[in-house]
Amino acid sequence: MFKKILIANRGEIAVRIIRACRESGIKSVAVYSEADETSLHLKMADEKVCIGPPVSAKSYLNMESIIKAAKETCADAIHPGYGYLAEVEEFAKMCDEQGIVFIGPTPHNLSLAGDKIAGKKIMEEAGVPVIPSSPGGVGSIDEAKSFCNEIGYPVMIKASGGGGGRGIRVCQNEEDLLEEFPVAKMEARAAFGNDELYIEKFITQPRHIEFQILADKSGKVIHLGERECTIQRRYQKLIEEAPSPGLTPALRKAMGDAAIKAAEAIQYFNAGTVEFLLDKDGKFYFIEINSRIQVEHPVTELTTGIDLVKEQIRLSSGETLDYSFDDLNIKGWAIECRINAEDPEKNFLPSPGTVEEYHPPGGFGVRLDTHLYQGYELPIYYDSLIAKLISYDTTRNGAISVMKRALEEFRVYPLKTTIPLYLQVMDDPHFIEGKFDTSFIEKFLPEEDEDDDDDD
Amino acid sequence: MAETSGKRIEVRAAMSGVFYRKPAPEEPAYVEVGTVVKKKQILALLETMKVFQKIKSPANGKVVEIVAEEETPLKDGDLIFILEAE
Repeated sequence: MFKKILIANRGEIAVRIIRACRESGIKSVAVYSEADETSLHLKMADEKVCIGPPVSAKSYLNMESIIKAAKETCADAIHPGYGYLAEVEEFAKMCDEQGIVFIGPTPHNLSLAGDKIAGKKIMEEAGVPVIPSSPGGVGSIDEAKSFCNEIGYPVMIKASGGGGGRGIRVCQNEEDLLEEFPVAKMEARAAFGNDELYIEKFITQPRHIEFQILADKSGKVIHLGERECTIQRRYQKLIEEAPSPGLTPALRKAMGDAAIKAAEAIQYFNAGTVEFLLDKDGKFYFIEINSRIQVEHPVTELTTGIDLVKEQIRLSSGETLDYSFDDLNIKGWAIECRINAEDPEKNFLPSPGTVEEYHPPGGFGVRLDTHLYQGYELPIYYDSLIAKLISYDTTRNGAISVMKRALEEFRVYPLKTTIPLYLQVMDDPHFIEGKFDTSFIEKFLPEEDEDDDDDD
Repeated sequence: MAETSGKRIEVRAAMSGVFYRKPAPEEPAYVEVGTVVKKKQILALLETMKVFQKIKSPANGKVVEIVAEEETPLKDGDLIFILEAE
C-alpha cells in the first residue's frame, strides 16, 4: 500500500480524497495555487506545496510543477480527482516515467476514452449498442433516404464541419427529410464552408443513465449499479440519484452487462463510468466512458456501501476485486444536489463572495461534501461548485424529504446559490413521480436570450 | 455597468473576475485606445469562476483609456474603460 499520496486537485474533491487517505493510514500532500492559500484542503492534509499562480493553466494544470512537488515530498502516488489532469494521457505517462503511481486508468485507456470516433467503433465491434449514424458523409438525398429507412425516424441531420449544436436539423419523417436535406446542405456550406452532412438517429425524450464500474489489474470488471443523471442544464449535471426511477431490474441487468462489456473492450483499469442515453421505449445507447472518479460518485457510495475513492487507491496499489454486483447489498435511495455559487436571479451567473454565515445541514441521512467554512472567500478563478449535498433514505420519497429538509437548513449567507432551484424541483410532481427527461430543468429557468443583449 | 457624465463614459466591472482584452492569446485585442466603437460592441471579456462574460460598449463612441490591465483580477465596480460618447 502507498505511504503518501499527493492530491492534484482543489475544492471539495481534494477534501474528499484526503479523508480517504486519513482513514487508510496514508499521509496526504495538498497542492495549491496562490489564490487557494486559505483553502480547506490545505488545513486537512499532512503537507502542502504551492504549485503556481492563480490561473489553473499555471498551477493545477502545471504537470511539471505537480510532479516536482510529488518528488520533493516523496509521495509514491498521485490522485488527480476529477477535471484538471484526471484524464490527461500525457500526465499519466509522466507519472509512470517518474516512478509515481497515477491513481486512475492507464494512459492507453485515457487515449481511447478521449477519442470519441475510435471509441464508438470499438464499442460497435464489441457488441455494445451505440447511437446509429451514417459511417461518413451522406452525399445525395437518395443516400440519405435509404439510410434513414434503415435506422428509422426521427433522425438528425448534422453538418460534418459543425459543432456545439449548430447546424442540426431534426426530421420526424421522410417528408421532413426531403425538405430539410437540401436546406441543411446550403446552410452548412454557408456556415462552415463545408457542405458535408451526416445523419444520426435522434433519441426522443432521453434519460442520461450511467454505470459505475471498477476494474482490477487482472482484468476483472464489475459494475456498481447505475446513476440517474438526466437533470442537466447546458450539459452540466445538477441532480443525480441512485438508483434510477426509470430502470426495471431487467433493463438494469442489460445495461450493466453492456457497461462491463464496454470497459472490457478497452481493457479498462480502475474506476470509471460508462454513460448511456436511454430512450422512452427502453432502448439504450453507449455515449462514452468517463475515465475518472466522478462528481456524483457519492450516490453510488451510499447505496452500495463501497468507498469508491478507497477502492481506486486499493486497486492502483495492485489489489484485486473479490466481489461483484450481485454480492453488494444495494439498499435505499440517494439523491445529490450540486450546490453552485450562482445567482438564480441573474440567469445563473457565478456569484463569488465571502461566506459570512455558515450553517451546514446535518442529521440522519445527510452527507455534505464541501470545502466551505465560515469566513471563506471564494476565489474567482475556479468553478462555482461549492458543495454536494446528498440525502439518503430507504425509499426515494424518503430521500426527497431528507433533501428538502437539508436544503432548508443550509445557510451560506450572503452567497447566491442554486439551493432555491433545488427546493422547487423537490416539490415538482414530475420529479416526485420520477418522470423526466433531459429537458426537465428548462421550465424552472428564465428564457435564454442567445445573444445576451438584454443586460444593458 | 456604465455611468454617463457628459461625454465621458466609464465602463466598470459588473462583478469580480479576470479581465481579458483578447478572445484568445494569439488573437488581437477587441479594442485599442482610439478604436471607434458601436453600442453593444464587445470591448473585452470578464472571466468569473470559469464563465466568460462579454463586456459591451454602453454607447457609440471612442475608446479613450484602457484602465484595467490584461489578465488581472478585477473587483465588482472597478473601472475598466473610459470612452468618449459620439
